[in-house]
Amino acid sequence: MNVKKLLSNRSFKSASASVFAILFGLLIGYIILLISNPAQATRGFIIILNGGFNGGLRGVGNMLHNAMPIILTGLSVGFAFKTGLFNIGASGQFILGAFTAIYIGVKWTFLPSGTLWIVAIIGAMIAGALWGGIAGVLKAFRNVNEVITSIMLNYIGMYLVNFLVVSTVFDLTRNQSISPRAAYLPTGGMNILFPLSSANIGIIIAIVVAIIMYIVLEKTTFGFELKAVGYNREASRYAGINEKKSIILSMMIAGALAGLGGGLLYLSNTGKHIEVVDILASEGFNGIPVALLGLSNPIGIIFSGLFVGHMNMGGFYMQRLRFVPEVIDIMIAIIIYFSALSLAFKSFIENLSRKLGGRTK
Amino acid sequence: MEYVIEMLNITKEFPGIIANDDITLQVRKGEIHALLGENGAGKSTLMSVLFGLYISEKGKIKVRGNEVKIHNPNDANDLGIGMVHQHFKLVHNFTVLENIVLGVETVRGGFLIMDDARAKIVNLSKQYNLRIEPDAIIEDISVGMQQRVEILKMLYRENDILIFDEPTAVLTPQEIDELMKIMKRLVEEGKSIIFITHKLNEIKAVADRVSVLRKGKYIGTVDVANTSKEEMSEMMVGRKVIFEIAKGEANIGDNVLTVRNLSINSKVHGKSAVHNVSFDLRKGEILCVAGIEGNGQSELIYALTGLLPVDGGEIYYKGEDITHKPIRYRNSHGISHIPEDRHKHGLVLDYTLSENLVLQTYFLNEFQNKGFINFKSRLTNAKKMIEQYDIRSGEGPITLVRSMSGGNQQKAIVAREVEKDPDVIIAVQPTRGLDVGAIEYIHNQLIKQRDMGRAVLLISLELSEVLGVSDRILVMYEGEIVGEVDPKEVTQQELGLYMSGSKRGAGYERKETSE
Repeated sequence: MNVKKLLSNRSFKSASASVFAILFGLLIGYIILLISNPAQATRGFIIILNGGFNGGLRGVGNMLHNAMPIILTGLSVGFAFKTGLFNIGASGQFILGAFTAIYIGVKWTFLPSGTLWIVAIIGAMIAGALWGGIAGVLKAFRNVNEVITSIMLNYIGMYLVNFLVVSTVFDLTRNQSISPRAAYLPTGGMNILFPLSSANIGIIIAIVVAIIMYIVLEKTTFGFELKAVGYNREASRYAGINEKKSIILSMMIAGALAGLGGGLLYLSNTGKHIEVVDILASEGFNGIPVALLGLSNPIGIIFSGLFVGHMNMGGFYMQRLRFVPEVIDIMIAIIIYFSALSLAFKSFIENLSRKLGGRTK
Repeated sequence: MEYVIEMLNITKEFPGIIANDDITLQVRKGEIHALLGENGAGKSTLMSVLFGLYISEKGKIKVRGNEVKIHNPNDANDLGIGMVHQHFKLVHNFTVLENIVLGVETVRGGFLIMDDARAKIVNLSKQYNLRIEPDAIIEDISVGMQQRVEILKMLYRENDILIFDEPTAVLTPQEIDELMKIMKRLVEEGKSIIFITHKLNEIKAVADRVSVLRKGKYIGTVDVANTSKEEMSEMMVGRKVIFEIAKGEANIGDNVLTVRNLSINSKVHGKSAVHNVSFDLRKGEILCVAGIEGNGQSELIYALTGLLPVDGGEIYYKGEDITHKPIRYRNSHGISHIPEDRHKHGLVLDYTLSENLVLQTYFLNEFQNKGFINFKSRLTNAKKMIEQYDIRSGEGPITLVRSMSGGNQQKAIVAREVEKDPDVIIAVQPTRGLDVGAIEYIHNQLIKQRDMGRAVLLISLELSEVLGVSDRILVMYEGEIVGEVDPKEVTQQELGLYMSGSKRGAGYERKETSE
C-alpha cells in the first residue's frame, strides 16, 4: 500500500526519473572507463562515486565550492524555465556579474571592508539582471526569441568584459583581472567545518537563495503570475496579468541569479581571476544540465548542483589513475540525455504504479 | 435485407477507457444511416475502425457480405469506403482539380495528365449537381465548396460507401440545405451513406435509419420516420431532454454597455475587421451577435474586453468611457468574459482547477496576504465552486485542468466568470464542442444570469442557440452590423440571408463609401 502511495506521488515520480537517469549515466560511464582502461576501471569508478569524499573534509569543502556557482546558474536557467523562458545566456550574465563584483571590490575600497563584499555582490546581481533584462525586453515587446538574443548576449558580454577588464582592473603582468582583496568573501565558518578547503559563505548564500526562489515560485502571487505567463501567455493576458512586465522580470531575476554566481565565485579567495581570453564562462552552460537534472525545482537544483560538483571532484581525483577528467563531462552529458528522456521514465513509473494499483484491487 | 456494411460486436479499448463496447452497426445498401451520439460516445472511434485508422480488439467487419480486415485507409479505399472528415484534408494552395486527383494522378511517361481527370470530374459534378470551380485555389473558395471538393474526391475514387463526419458544423443554413439535397442525390445514384451527427433536425430531414451510441455502448437502431426527436434524444442522452429552452419574458433595465462607432483595423487585410459598430446592451437581456465565423465577431469581443486596441469609436460601461482601460480594470469591474477559445484564453491548462478558478482574483485580499498565497481560502473557494457548479474532475481542486473533459473545463470557466458577480457577461460560443447535457447546463446558466438582472452578450454561430436563447439578435457581416431582428419573428432561413450578406435590415443600409 505504501509503495503504491509513494509511486503515485507527483514529485516522487519526477524525482525518480532523475535518479534513473543518473543510474543509467553512471552505468554507461563505467562502460567507457572499461573501454579506455579495463584494469583500473573499477577503481576509477569507485573514485568517481566517492567524489569529494576522496579528499576527506577538505575534498567535501571543495566540492561545495565547486557546486556553488553552478547551483546559482542552475537556478538562473531553472527559474526561467519555470516561467516559460529558455535562458541560455547565463554565461554572459555570469561574467558581467563577476566583472562588476571585481570592479567594486578593487575600486570602491572607500567602503568599510565588512560591507564591501556585500555591495560588490549586489552590484553583480544588478549587472546580471540588466544583461538578462535586455533579452526580456526584446522578447516582451518585439517577440524576439530569447534563445537567440541570450546566445548573442553571451558573446557581447564576454568581449565587453574583456574590454572593461583591460581598461579598468587589469593586471598587465598576468593578463588577468586584479585580485579584489578587500572584498574577499568571509568564510562563514566553513573553514572550521572543512579545514583548508575553498568553501566559504558563498555556498550558504546559494542554498538560501535557492530556498527563497522556491518560496517566490510556489508560495507568492508574484510567482503565480510569472508561472501563469510561462504556461500560457494569452490566458494570462486575458486574466489581466501584465505579461510583458512578467517576462522582463523573469529574465531579470534569472540574470541576477547568474550574476550572483559570478560575483561569489570571483570574490572567493581561491586565485580565480577573469582572464582576458575569448572563451565563454563554462559555469553558465553548466547551469543548463543542473537545471534539467533538478527538474527546474529550486530545491531539486540544490541537490543536482551538489551532485554535479561531487562528480567534478571525482573527476579531479580520478586523474591519479591517469584517467582524463573529461570522462566526467561525458558521464554528465549522458545523464542529461537520459533526463531529457525523463518523460519516458515518468510514464514507465506511471505504468508500474498502475500495475501495482491494479493488483491490489 | 442486404447490408453493405456490417460491423459486428466491435470492441475497441484505449488505456483506461473502453471507447467501443460490443457495438453493432448494420448499414443497408442505398440508405442514409445516421450515427447519433454525444461527444465521447464512440462515434468517431467506430468510424476510425471502419476506415482502418484503428484496429478493433474484438468483432468483425463485413463489407457487401464478405468478412474483411481493414488495416489502413488504403484498404478502406479499395473496398470503396470514403470519408469526409470534420476538418477537411485539403491542400490549401492547390487547385480544386489538383486536390481531387491527389494520390491517384494519371501519369503517362512520367508526365501528369490532367485532361482525362478534368473530364471525369466535370462529369461527376454535373451528375451529382456538385457545383465547383475546377481551377480555383482551395483557400479562395467557400467552406461549402471545399466540402463539395471532399465529396468529389470520394466519387472520383469510385467509393460507394460514404462516411460524413459532422458535415454541417461549418455550414450556413443555406449550405446545409444544399448538402442535404446532395446527400439524397447520392443515395438515389446507389451510394450508401453513414452520417455522423448530433443534430436531430438533420437526421429527421435526410436519414432513413439511425443507430444510437451512448458512452461507448450500442443503444439501438430505429427507423427515423417512426421515431420522434424526443425519443431519439432520450436514447442519446439516457434521460429526457427539454428542447424548448424554458425562459420567461426579459425584464429589461438600464443600459450597461454602450458601443459607439467602434472600428478596428484588420491584421490580415487592408479593410477594417470591425467597421463602425454601434449598439446598446441593457440589463436583464441576452443580446446575441450572430454571424458566420470570421466576420469580425472575435475582434469586436477582443475590443470590448481590452485584448485588442480600438482604432476608432468608444465603449462606455455604466456611463464610464472604458475604451482605453486595461484588461484587469474591466474584468475586475464587472465585465466577465467566457472566451471563444477556452484553451488559448480561458484556462492555464497546466495549472490546477483551484488555480484556474482564481486566475483573475488571486491578488484580492481574500486569496493572499502581503503577496503570499492563501492556500486555504483558495481551496475553500475551489470546493465551493466545484460543489455549486457541479464541476467534475478526477482529483477535485488539485486536478490539472488539462486532464478534464471539455464540458467540465467550460463549467469551470463559467463558474469563475459568474461568481465574480458581474454586470455584463460576454459569452463567446459558450457551447462549442460540448454535448447536449453540458449545452443545456450552459444555456440555463445564461438565462439564470439574465433573470438576475445581468446583461448577457452572446456570440454564437449555432442558429438554434441564437434563436432559442437570445432576446434580441444583431447580425454581423464583414465587420458591420447588417440588421437587428427579433428571435420570435425571424426564421432560420431569413437569418441565414442576413448572415451571408444577402439582406440588410432597415436602418442598416450599406452606406456609400464617400468618406
